[in-house]
Amino acid sequence: MSTHFFADTSILLGRSMRHIFRSMDTIITTAITPIALMLLFVYVFGGAIRTDTENYVNYLLPGIMLIAIASGIAYTAVRLFTDMQSGIFERFQSMPIARSSVLWAHVLTSLVANGLSLVIIVLVALLMGFRTSANVLDWLAVAGILALFTLALTWIAIIAGLSAKSVDGAGGFSYPLIFLPFISSAFVPTETMPGPVRWFAENQPVTSIVNTIQDLFAQRPVGGDIWVALAWCLGILIVSYAFAAATYKRQIA
Amino acid sequence: MMAAPAIRVEGIQKSYKDLHVLRGVDFEVEPGSIFALLGSNGAGKTTMVKILSTLLKADAGSASVESFDVASESLRVRQSISLTGQFAAVDEVLTGKENLVLVAKLRHVKNPGGIADDLLAQFSLTEAGSRKVATYSGGMRRRLDIAMSLIGNPKVIFLDEPTTGLDPEARLEVWQIVKNLAKQGTTVLLTTQYLDEAEQLADRIAILHEGRIIANGTLAELKQLLPPAKVEYVEKQPSLEDIFLALVGTGTNESVKDRS
Repeated sequence: MSTHFFADTSILLGRSMRHIFRSMDTIITTAITPIALMLLFVYVFGGAIRTDTENYVNYLLPGIMLIAIASGIAYTAVRLFTDMQSGIFERFQSMPIARSSVLWAHVLTSLVANGLSLVIIVLVALLMGFRTSANVLDWLAVAGILALFTLALTWIAIIAGLSAKSVDGAGGFSYPLIFLPFISSAFVPTETMPGPVRWFAENQPVTSIVNTIQDLFAQRPVGGDIWVALAWCLGILIVSYAFAAATYKRQIA
Repeated sequence: MMAAPAIRVEGIQKSYKDLHVLRGVDFEVEPGSIFALLGSNGAGKTTMVKILSTLLKADAGSASVESFDVASESLRVRQSISLTGQFAAVDEVLTGKENLVLVAKLRHVKNPGGIADDLLAQFSLTEAGSRKVATYSGGMRRRLDIAMSLIGNPKVIFLDEPTTGLDPEARLEVWQIVKNLAKQGTTVLLTTQYLDEAEQLADRIAILHEGRIIANGTLAELKQLLPPAKVEYVEKQPSLEDIFLALVGTGTNESVKDRS
């Protein structure tokens, strides 16, 4: 009595990808706010910000990408919430399919959708003068870290989508996540911040991820930051996955 | 009863926090029959259906579908059933045909496209098949919803308030579909709050009230629970439903197809 986890997940992934391609607005809106921030910081504030890179776009891009991911995962929560409301979630759950594939399809959709938004953002950054000497391996490392970060936050979105009482609640949980990069090394080096703020900025997940990606783009040795970044991403992933699984169990209890 | 029951429910209890929704429900449904669970809003009908379709776990008691226990053999149960929930569980962004193909693929049946086309034709949705479901009327959604439930030929179908919110014509269409299902040997458990719906469709009717089955039998048996009918002469006035259906021309598929 086996189910077809991979086949079912890919069938359901195809379904949500259709949703995305039929309303590209979710990809565009995910990309637009980070791009606006990037324009604002590069062309308005950037002149007054001193970083040790020759080019402020190079410094800024990693943080902008994290903001894009933090806002993009809100759509995953909304899509899942909509499925629960419409009853189609229950239809899938009452069918002889691998039940977890319903959630995994949403998670993979989040990876693809955020990936597309990031491609748009990188293209705009290139137009604004972003340059990197990173080779294929460096790019793969950057993609891997971003994918892991997306995966970790998406499982938080799954918790929100499963337990929300309204669409606004399903989407609203992401605001604090979007705000985190502002209190990190994403926009300005942490050295200029007053004591407690600096301590927070240097010990929250975004800074280590931003530093790692900045180093990879600049072809600098990545140092210990990459391990801190990976530990944060894996830690958030494991905890949020466990909570999502528990939330799901409570739904059918 | 000769054959094993298609559905057997024994002493099922379920509470949500302090709210004791089901307080020990027992009933059996014969294979190939239509069984109506009748009750007012909040009587626990949907909770019962969710337990039988393995979406909820009961606190106490046992239930089986096609002799498979809903708690310990839930995958087997899901292979035997289809659920048509209270709200048409269709994907609004996809077209009618894509919805059917999606379910057909998930059930791993052969030739999903062909099955989808057949069902669209059977439910007078061929022309609408290539349109997004968001543009469908309530009746069309419900027909698509039931069509999706038929894929894979489940032995048992749960219909949770299948006609709530439908106009009178769409309601008659759903009734016809349910009757055809039973004719083909499918066991149907339907919940309803409409007395005439139970009267029209069901081989047996169980009344769920305050978490218990307070009556269970055929319509004739239930009628005997009351004192014998007395003969009264009443002028037969057409009901508003009779008038409405006469005016709009009832049940013709043409008028249904044109609606969008």
